[in-house]
Amino acid sequence: MSPDAAAQVVLELRDVRKQFVAGARTLTALRSVSLSVRRGCVTGLIGPDGAGKTSLMRLAVGLLEPDKGQITVLGRDVTREAQAVQASVGYMPQRFGLYEDLSVQENLDLYADLQGVPPSSRASRNGQLMHMTGLARFTGRLAGRLSGGMKQKLGLACTLVRAPELLLLDEPTVGVDPVSRRELWQIVYRLVREERMTVLLSTAYLDEAERCDEIVLLHEGEILGQGRPAELREPLRGRTFSASSPGRSNRAFQKALAAVPGVLDAVIQADRVRIVARSGAQLAPDRLLGGIEGATIEAVEPRLEDAFVAMLRERAGAGEGRERAPPSPGGASPRDAGPAPRRGPVIEVRNVSRQFGQFYAVRNATFDVAAGEVFGLLGPNGAGKSTTFRMLCGLLPASAGVLRVAALDLRHAAAAARARIGYMSQKFSLYGNLSVRENLRFFSSAYNMSGARQGERIEWAMEQFELAAMAEMASQDLSLGHKQRLAMACALMHEPEILFLDEPTSGVDPMARREFWSRINALAERGVTILVTTHFMEEAEYCDRLAIMADGEVLAIGSPAEIKRGQRSEGHPDPTMEDAFIALIENRARGAAAT
Amino acid sequence: MSALSRMRLRGLVRKEFYQILRDPSSIAIAFLLPVFLLLIFGYGISLDAEHVPVAVVVEQPDVETASLAARFSGSSYFAPVFLSDLGEAENALRERRVNAIVHLQQDFSRRLRRTDGAPIQLIVNGTDANTARLVIGYVQGAWQTWLEQRAAESGVTPGTPLRIDQRVWFNSELRSRNYLVPGLIAIIMTLIGALLTALVMAREWERGTMEALMVTPVTMGEVLLGKLVPYFLLGLGSMALSVAMGLWLFKVPLLGSPWLLFGVSALYLLAALGMGLLISTVAKNQFVAGMVAIITTFLPAFLLSGFIFDIGSMPTVVQVITRFLPARYFVASLQTLFLAGNVWSVILPNIAALTVFALLFLGTSRCLMHKRLE
Repeated sequence: MSPDAAAQVVLELRDVRKQFVAGARTLTALRSVSLSVRRGCVTGLIGPDGAGKTSLMRLAVGLLEPDKGQITVLGRDVTREAQAVQASVGYMPQRFGLYEDLSVQENLDLYADLQGVPPSSRASRNGQLMHMTGLARFTGRLAGRLSGGMKQKLGLACTLVRAPELLLLDEPTVGVDPVSRRELWQIVYRLVREERMTVLLSTAYLDEAERCDEIVLLHEGEILGQGRPAELREPLRGRTFSASSPGRSNRAFQKALAAVPGVLDAVIQADRVRIVARSGAQLAPDRLLGGIEGATIEAVEPRLEDAFVAMLRERAGAGEGRERAPPSPGGASPRDAGPAPRRGPVIEVRNVSRQFGQFYAVRNATFDVAAGEVFGLLGPNGAGKSTTFRMLCGLLPASAGVLRVAALDLRHAAAAARARIGYMSQKFSLYGNLSVRENLRFFSSAYNMSGARQGERIEWAMEQFELAAMAEMASQDLSLGHKQRLAMACALMHEPEILFLDEPTSGVDPMARREFWSRINALAERGVTILVTTHFMEEAEYCDRLAIMADGEVLAIGSPAEIKRGQRSEGHPDPTMEDAFIALIENRARGAAAT
Repeated sequence: MSALSRMRLRGLVRKEFYQILRDPSSIAIAFLLPVFLLLIFGYGISLDAEHVPVAVVVEQPDVETASLAARFSGSSYFAPVFLSDLGEAENALRERRVNAIVHLQQDFSRRLRRTDGAPIQLIVNGTDANTARLVIGYVQGAWQTWLEQRAAESGVTPGTPLRIDQRVWFNSELRSRNYLVPGLIAIIMTLIGALLTALVMAREWERGTMEALMVTPVTMGEVLLGKLVPYFLLGLGSMALSVAMGLWLFKVPLLGSPWLLFGVSALYLLAALGMGLLISTVAKNQFVAGMVAIITTFLPAFLLSGFIFDIGSMPTVVQVITRFLPARYFVASLQTLFLAGNVWSVILPNIAALTVFALLFLGTSRCLMHKRLE
């Protein structure tokens, strides 16, 4: 590499391997990773949980030592000169590294002291950071009392008290509302522009990856691809389509399309289905419809997610026609015939509020969910989604309002209602040191199952969720995607009519997410009602209807297409779900300011 | 590069003080807990026996037995119940209404006049060996003085030729409070030095702030000092409070030098802080750190330091174990300083031992703390 080019590379990893040993288990975080981050660029490290993003970040700042390979930051070897590297980079760890019992100003002062910022230059830098992050009005507030988005910005400000040459941000946007997310991106680009900073940030959101100058796709400790987003999308050009079939349920349509031989990937996108064609098979687009009557198809621009999914599928063995028929969650059980869909709402929420002291976690929420519907609650952390869920499961009484689940009032018949619902919590709530089979046995016995019936259900779960191969493995050793499968199987052991899924897909890779949604869709077709919370905007598109929540309030209810249509404006003639969400939050803020 | 930066250290210390002031649990451990422990041990627990319920069984009352019985009624050590039947008294003992039976048999007065002396039978509930021993001592004392007094009145020399002249040194009032309160200071300093420090370090790991600290130019020495200084001062404050309560509320004498007391306490505090920091290099969540700190520092300081139980009467193996406990050397110094004064032959070896522990623990934690997450 020429000296000139070398000066352009701020961070370089050469053939880096990192393993963690915990007892008898060895976990490989990074296999053999080489990458370079160029000066003045925003490089995104993209991958699901467990891909090795955090390990890579920690290696780059000298918090971990590589087992093999070399890491150079600003021309210095990190292993030998960790202290010098740390003095010239800024790093924001996943939970922002804030002292929650210190005020905004005290946190900033602490980091200014630690970074050795001379007192003379503090006031101007401080003012600049407060202005940039919009925190100027909150300097006296304890960091623990800030909203998620404000914490994220304070964390960022703390790493910027001394302008670093290289800024590393580890998942800065997890669980943060879309408005704050957009603001963070604006700040990042301002830093690059005005202070010539180089930024490496990791994220699990593929839509964010599109905003980076360069991206590195990381999967199970290996790099799948790196380059500019357009370069990575390029091979997909001519292979991405959007199909619609008016009058057919989009779930049935998606299922039919997924079975067409030339189709590599088919996902629901509001009232249409997005298709990625297999490589090599230069088919006429109409062939991809597999002769489905009345369906139309049009070419669309490829997205990064298409590229990522194509890489993963092709890596897993393309052309095998691995597309399984979606599982039938009724299985061999007596309910196989399926319940007759009930008329009217299965879940009724009427003017429900929940207070904790003076704080309203949920305020005056009203919505209905019909039988067999997939209903989404979309919102950032702290929007009141989990509180709403806990009230619906009878785990938390409402402060005011009426909640009815399966026609039972939760105030009087919480236990009876609970027997008819399945619940999968955010962290999966599995017993880590029990095996897959033991977890299934425990959860089925918790619902009063025993003997032959229990054995039957366990066999059903093993078969439907393809867990038989790992039946005797401790559940803590499973991959995130398999844990998610097991958790869902546990929630379905007693064949509930209603299934509650709290952030079921956070952190899992796009493949596991697709598989998960195909199971949800199959369940919904059998008449099971599904309530799901998510903060993935694109997942909201898979729902029949959804409610958008922020700060405890329901801002909008409707089908994804309706919600997006409702927020059309001159600036956004065809808004994405995120655009719609941001417009809703801004409208509300304007409404509040007007009154 | 690795030189100590005053700015960074000041930032860390200030941060720690804000956290202490805003966290009710550290204030509780540093100031409420000492008050609570001192009140319990000062008022609630006394290893002295006072108003011991005793059944005095007099089978044949006469002048002599009435005079002896009056000894028991007049003493603050006893709360006597007078009975005429031994069977009844034995029931009372069994039901724990009395701790001992003093049995004066039918022929008590007749045998008293004979030179071989009149026996009194003493039956003691030995469940609590400590109290039992005390009761035996008290009853013997009462019996002895009664005999002497009777002899003086009648001019007859008592049958016992030997007279025991007792004198108690170093705690002349024989108040257990006087040695419990100094020992408590050791317990309190262990709590602040080891438990609180291990907890706050673990909290930094748990909340991810340690990771953010490590990526600043701060050195691990500064992180360590940033924890040491505030909790050292907090510990001294708490010690001052305990000593003040001991002196003025419980009237414990302080015969030695207050400066020496301060110096020895500071030294022990360093050792305790060293233990806390050492624990936190291994235990990185608050629950584990708390359990390890309680099992390895607090409980041994409570049970094996000589604070309540005399080390000399422990089995040899346990005695050997106590040699590895810094608290043992501190408790010994404290009890000496309070009750016997500046006895250098005792204090100096203890100071030496405490210095070794402080250096060992602080040095080891410094060596084990890396700016690495593994």
